[in-house]
Amino acid sequence: MTNHWTDIKNADVVLIMGGNAAEAHPCGFKWVVEAKQHNKAKLIVVDPRFNRSASQADFYAPIRTGTDIAFLGGVINYLIANDKIHHEYVKSYTDMTFIVREDYAFENGFFSGYDEAKRKYDKSTWEYEIGKDGYVVTDPTLQHPRCVFNLMKAHFSRYTPELVEKICGTPKDKFLTVCEMIGSAAAPNRVMTIMYALGWTQHSTGSQMIRTGAMVQLLLGNIGKAGGGMNALRGHSNIQGLTDLGLLSNLLPGYMTLPGEKEQDFQAYLASRTQKPMRPGQMSYWQNFPKFLVSNLKAWYGNAATKDNNFAYDYLPKLDKTYDVLQVMELMHQGKMTGYVAQGFNPLASFPNKAKVGAALSKLKFLVIIDPLATDTSEFWKNYGEFNNVNPAEIQTEVFRLPSTCFAEEDGSITNSGRWLQWHWKGAEPPGDARTDQEIMAGLFLKLKEMYKKDGGAFPDPILNLTWGYKIPDSPSPEEIAKEYNGKALVDLLDPKDPSKVVKKGGELLDGFAQLRDDGSTACGCWIFSGAWTEKGNMMARRDNSDPWGNGQTLNWSFAWPANRRIIYNRASADPSGKPFDPKRKQIWWDGTKWTGSDVPDFKVDSAPEDGMGPFIMNPEGVARFFARGGMNEGPFPEHYEPFESPLEVNLMHPNNPKARNNPAARVFKGDMEAFGKAKEFPYPATTYRLTEHFHYWTKQVESNAVIQPEQFVEIGEGLAKEKGIVAGDRVKVSSNRGYIKAVAVVTKRIMPITVDGKVVHQVGIPIHWGFKGVAKNGYIANTLTPFVGDANSQTPEFKSFLVNVEKI
Amino acid sequence: MQLSRRQFFKVCAAGVSGSSMAVLGFSPTAAMAETRHFKLARTTEVRNTCPYCSVGCGIILYSLGDRAKNAHSELIHIEGDPDHPVNRGTLCPKGAGLLDFVKSKNRLKFPEVREAGSDQWKRISWDEAFTRIAKLMKADRDANFVAKTADGLTVNRWLTTGFLAASASSNESGYLTHKVVRSLGMLSFDNQARV
Amino acid sequence: MPLQSLDIAARSATTTPPPGIRKTLEVAKLIDVTKCIGCKACQVACMQWNDVRDEVGENHGTYDNPRDLTANSWTVMRYSEVESQERGLEWLIRKDGCMHCEDPGCLKACPSPGAIIKYANGIVDMQQENCIGCGYCITGCPFNVPRISEKDHKAYKCTLCSDRVAVGLEPACVKVCPTGCISFGSKEDMKDIAEERVVELKERGYGNAGLYDPQGVGGTHVMYVLHHADKPGLYHDLPTDPAISPMVSLWKGVTKPLATLGLAAVAIGSLFHYVTKGPNEVSKETEKEVEKELEEEGKQ
Repeated sequence: MTNHWTDIKNADVVLIMGGNAAEAHPCGFKWVVEAKQHNKAKLIVVDPRFNRSASQADFYAPIRTGTDIAFLGGVINYLIANDKIHHEYVKSYTDMTFIVREDYAFENGFFSGYDEAKRKYDKSTWEYEIGKDGYVVTDPTLQHPRCVFNLMKAHFSRYTPELVEKICGTPKDKFLTVCEMIGSAAAPNRVMTIMYALGWTQHSTGSQMIRTGAMVQLLLGNIGKAGGGMNALRGHSNIQGLTDLGLLSNLLPGYMTLPGEKEQDFQAYLASRTQKPMRPGQMSYWQNFPKFLVSNLKAWYGNAATKDNNFAYDYLPKLDKTYDVLQVMELMHQGKMTGYVAQGFNPLASFPNKAKVGAALSKLKFLVIIDPLATDTSEFWKNYGEFNNVNPAEIQTEVFRLPSTCFAEEDGSITNSGRWLQWHWKGAEPPGDARTDQEIMAGLFLKLKEMYKKDGGAFPDPILNLTWGYKIPDSPSPEEIAKEYNGKALVDLLDPKDPSKVVKKGGELLDGFAQLRDDGSTACGCWIFSGAWTEKGNMMARRDNSDPWGNGQTLNWSFAWPANRRIIYNRASADPSGKPFDPKRKQIWWDGTKWTGSDVPDFKVDSAPEDGMGPFIMNPEGVARFFARGGMNEGPFPEHYEPFESPLEVNLMHPNNPKARNNPAARVFKGDMEAFGKAKEFPYPATTYRLTEHFHYWTKQVESNAVIQPEQFVEIGEGLAKEKGIVAGDRVKVSSNRGYIKAVAVVTKRIMPITVDGKVVHQVGIPIHWGFKGVAKNGYIANTLTPFVGDANSQTPEFKSFLVNVEKI
Repeated sequence: MQLSRRQFFKVCAAGVSGSSMAVLGFSPTAAMAETRHFKLARTTEVRNTCPYCSVGCGIILYSLGDRAKNAHSELIHIEGDPDHPVNRGTLCPKGAGLLDFVKSKNRLKFPEVREAGSDQWKRISWDEAFTRIAKLMKADRDANFVAKTADGLTVNRWLTTGFLAASASSNESGYLTHKVVRSLGMLSFDNQARV
Repeated sequence: MPLQSLDIAARSATTTPPPGIRKTLEVAKLIDVTKCIGCKACQVACMQWNDVRDEVGENHGTYDNPRDLTANSWTVMRYSEVESQERGLEWLIRKDGCMHCEDPGCLKACPSPGAIIKYANGIVDMQQENCIGCGYCITGCPFNVPRISEKDHKAYKCTLCSDRVAVGLEPACVKVCPTGCISFGSKEDMKDIAEERVVELKERGYGNAGLYDPQGVGGTHVMYVLHHADKPGLYHDLPTDPAISPMVSLWKGVTKPLATLGLAAVAIGSLFHYVTKGPNEVSKETEKEVEKELEEEGKQ
C-alpha cells in the first residue's frame, strides 16, 4: 500500500476492483464504511461477481474476468476526453511533458522490438529522448507529438465505451456511471483510493492491470495524498515483510536485485543500480545503492566481507533467469530438481494445475515440510480417493514433516500491507516438540555447517563465514535478529560535514538508513527496515495510538518502513510551492525552512520548493511515470490482451492479429500451451477466490471456520443454472482441460450473465479453501482446474481467468 | 381470539407443571439469578498480531495461570485488541476463531518422516531429522553446485534444491531464512506473495 | 451474585413481584443491517465466548451456515438476494438471534420458576439449571429463537453476553463486528444512533429506511436499522408486527389462575414429583397426563 488501512477513512471515492476487501480484509474494510459514513464517500465495486464488497457499494458494475485493462483503459480515455485531470499535479509530478524516442512504436497489438520466437521484447526503444545536456527532453506546452501525454492520449483513445462494453460485458451506461464517479476525484479537494488484491495480480496481464489503475490515480492527482493511493491489500499476514526482506529468487533485502551471471564486475553491478538523475535537481534515491548493498553483505559475511574481496560479492549466487515457483515446478516436473523445502505454503494446493504439481513432487528425492499444521502437500503421496488418487508405493520421495510454532507461541514482528512492522509476544507454549522457524533454520544450518567444516564440499566459504554470533546458536532470538536487520555501526562513524563529531559509536544501533556507509563501516541486514530497533529500543513494539491530527496517521504506533513514513510520496500532497493541495487534508508542507506536517516527510526535508525536486524520489526522473520505459515486459503502456483461456477467439482490440490475442511476453512452457482449453469444450470463464469465512488452506483445519462454511461449493448464476437444470444444493462437476472438481452448487442472482461481443456469457465462481486434509468436509483442490501460466513480469499464476464446463451430477 | 380446546389443554398443562409451585411459595433453587462467571477474570493477557490476512489486526491472548513455575499456561481465549488503530478490537470470522487454529487437532507435534514408497509416517527425533535432511542437501549441493558456467563466469549457484518461504512467519525468521538460503547459493527461492 | 446492573425485573412462572425501586440503565444492541457484510465474525465470536461449537454441517446451496439457530448456534446470518426495478440487486443480510423483548414471550410461556429471567437492564437470560426442557419458550417466542439441546434437553439462546455485560463489557458479537454494524450501549443512545443513521440512509436514497423496535413486544433490546423498514419481510421473513402468541397471553391472563385452582390436585402431585425426582420427570409426567386427556378428548 502507498497509504495504509486507517487512512482509507479520508477518501471521497473508493474503487474496489481486482479485490474484495469486505470478503478478504473485513477489518480493513471498516475504514471504507467509515469513509462512507463520516466522509460521505461513494463506494464503487467492479467485479465479475456481486460480492460482499458490492453489497455495500453505492454502485456496482459487472465485468468479465481478465478484462480490467480494457475497462481502466476506457476510464483513462474518459478522463482525458472529458478533461477530468488534476492538471497542476500531472504537469509537475509526472512524465507527461517528457519526449519519447522517435523509434518507439505501437502497431497492431505489438510494441516496437518484439521477438516472436523468444516471446520477448527488446525494450531499447521504450525510452525518453535524451538531450545534449544529458537530461530528458521535455515540452511543458504538451504540444510535441511524442510527449508522453500525446502518446498516451492516442494509445487510450481506442478504448471507447462501446469497445469496453463489447470486451468487458459491462453495459455502457454502467461503465459511464463509474467513469463519472471516478472523474469526480480529479478536483484538488477530492481524493479517490483504489483497493486491489489478487484479483488484479493473478492474471497473465496482472502487473499491467495494476499499472493502469496507478495511471488513473496519477491523472486524478491522487498518489501521495491522504485518502488516496494505490493500495495493494495483500493476501497473507507477512508476505509484505517477506517481500521487503527479499525472499524471492532475484531479490536481496530491501528491493535490491541480485546480480545476473553477466554481472561479473562488482563496480559495474553497483553502477547499474546507482541511477543518476534524469532531470536537473532530482534526488534519485537509488544513488545510495552501494551503501545498502555493502552494509547488507557486512551483516551477512562480517569480517569475511572486505573491500579487497568486493565485500564477498562472489558469495552471492548469480542468476541466469528467475526461478519463480512456476519455473521451479516446471524443472521439477522435468525431473531436474532433487530437493524442495516448503516452510509453510502448501504448494500442492496453492500452485496451478494440481496434477502437474503432484507429478512434479513425486519426482523429487526429498521434500521437507515445515508447518504448524498437517498440510495437503505433506501428504501428496497418500491416497485420498478421488480427491488425491495416487499410489504411495509408486512415489519414491522421502518426505520430512517438521512441526513449527504458530503466532501465539513466538515473539517477533510481522509487516502488514500498510508497511507497519508490528511486534508480537508469545502467549503459549508450543504443542509437543514444535520449534520456531528460527530454531528449525538454525538447526538445519548448523548441521550443514558442521558437515562442511568437517568434510569440506562445494564452495563452503559462504556457509562457514555466514555471521552467526547469536548467544544461543541453535536458537537465535528475535531481538538479536531484529537488531541485525536494523543495522549497526561497526566503527565510530564520523559526521562527513564535521569529522570532529561522532555520529554513532562503533557497536551502536543505527537510527536509520541515512547513516549507512558504502565503505564497510556499517552493517545492516535490510536497509528499508533500518530504524525498527534503534538505541531507543524496539520501535516496532510501540503502542501509542494517539492521532493528534485526526487523520489516522498514528506515528507512534509500531514502525512503518521507510523511516516511519505512513503515506509514501507524501510530498505530492502539496502543490509545487509547498502548500497542501487540499487545506482539509494536510499531510506535509513547507514551513519556510523545512518540510513538516502530520506525517514523516517522504522527501529531503530541507529541499525548498524552489529547488524543483520532484516528489517521486526513488525515480531518477523525480516524477511518476505514465510511460513505464523498460520497467514492464510487455510494453511501456498497458494494453488489453485476453486471458490465455478466453471465450473470445480474438482480442477485440486487434481482431485482425491472432498473435496479439494473449500477452505476447508471457512465458508459456512446452506442454502447458497444449493444456489450455478451448471455449467450444469449456464455454464458461471461471475465477477462483477466497471466502470471508476461510483463510487460504489453513482454516479448513479450524473448527469454528469449518462450522460456518463447512463444505466445498461453486457459485453459478441463475441463468446458467436454468440452462443446465441445476438447483441450489445440487452437486455439480466443474472441469477444465486439466482436471475436474465436484462440489455443491450455490445458485445466485449475484453472478449475472453478461453480453460479450454480442454473446451471452455465464461466469463461474470457484472458492479455493478445501482440500483432502482438514476439519471441514474434505473436498477437491480448486487449483486442479487452473492453468500453468503467469503474468509476464511477476509470473503470478493466472488463477483468476480460465475456462470450465459445468455439469450436473 | 380463538383457541381450540386442544390448545387450551396444552396451555393449562404447561401452567400446571410450573407456576403452581411458585404460587404455593416453593422454589426449587435460590430465587437469585446468576450470570455465567466472567471467564477472563484472572487470566494472563499477551498482545499479538493476527496471522491471517495482511490487515495486521491486534489481538489479545488470554491464558490460564499467572506464569508461576508450576502452573502450565493454557490459552483459553483470543479477542481483538481495542487499542489497535486499525481493528480497534474487531476481528473477522477467521481472527475470531484463532483459538481453534492454535488448538487444531491437525497441529503437528513431532518431527516425522515418510520413507520412499511408504504409506505412513514415522516419528523421528529432531536430531535425526536435521542430520538426514542436511545429508540429503549436502549430497545434492556437492553434486550439482555450479561454481562457474561453461564459458567461465563465476556464478556460485545451487539450482537443484528449492526453498519456499512462508507467508506468515515473522520478519526475524524470514531474515534468518534468507541469510541461510543465499549462503547455500540457492536461487530457486520464493515466498507466498503471489499465490 | 449478579452485579447491581443485573437486577431482576421478571422471572418465569413466579408471581412474587421482584424488587422494583432501583432504576438501572436499560441496554440495547443495535444491528445496522445496512452495514452488514455477512462475514459471520459474530457467529464465531459467539461460539468462542460461550464455548459452544456446532457440528460441521453441509452446504445446502446457500451461504447460510449453520442453516438455522441451534442450541450451539445462538446467532446466524440470514442471506436474502432481493431484486427490484428501482434498486437492482441487493444482498440483504440479517443477523438473527434473540431480540431480548421488553415483553418476552418466552418468559411468559415458561412454566418453570426462574428458568427465564429478565434483568432490569433488559437482557432476557435463561437459567439452564431451572430449565425443564419443555420447549414452551419456543412457542412463546414471536421470533422463533430458543432451541432445546439434544445433549442436555435444556433451552439455549443468546444471553446478550450477560456475563460480559455484568462486568461492564459489551457482548462478544458487538466487539468483534468488523464493519461496525453492531453497536451496544444504552437503549436511549442506540435509538439516537439509529435515528442519525436513518437520516443518512434517506440522504443516500433509502426513503423507507427506519428502525425496527417492534412495539408488539414492548420494544426490543436488540434493534435493527433496515434500509427497507416498510418491508421487514425482505430480510429473511423478519416479522412485520411481531406479538406474543395468543396462547401465551391466554396462559398469562386467564389460564394461569384457572390452572392453579382448577387443577390443584395435579399440581400438588407434580410438586412432589418435582421434589423427589427433578424437573424433567415432572415435565414428562405432566405431558403424559395432558396427552391422555387429549386422547380422551379426541375419542369423544
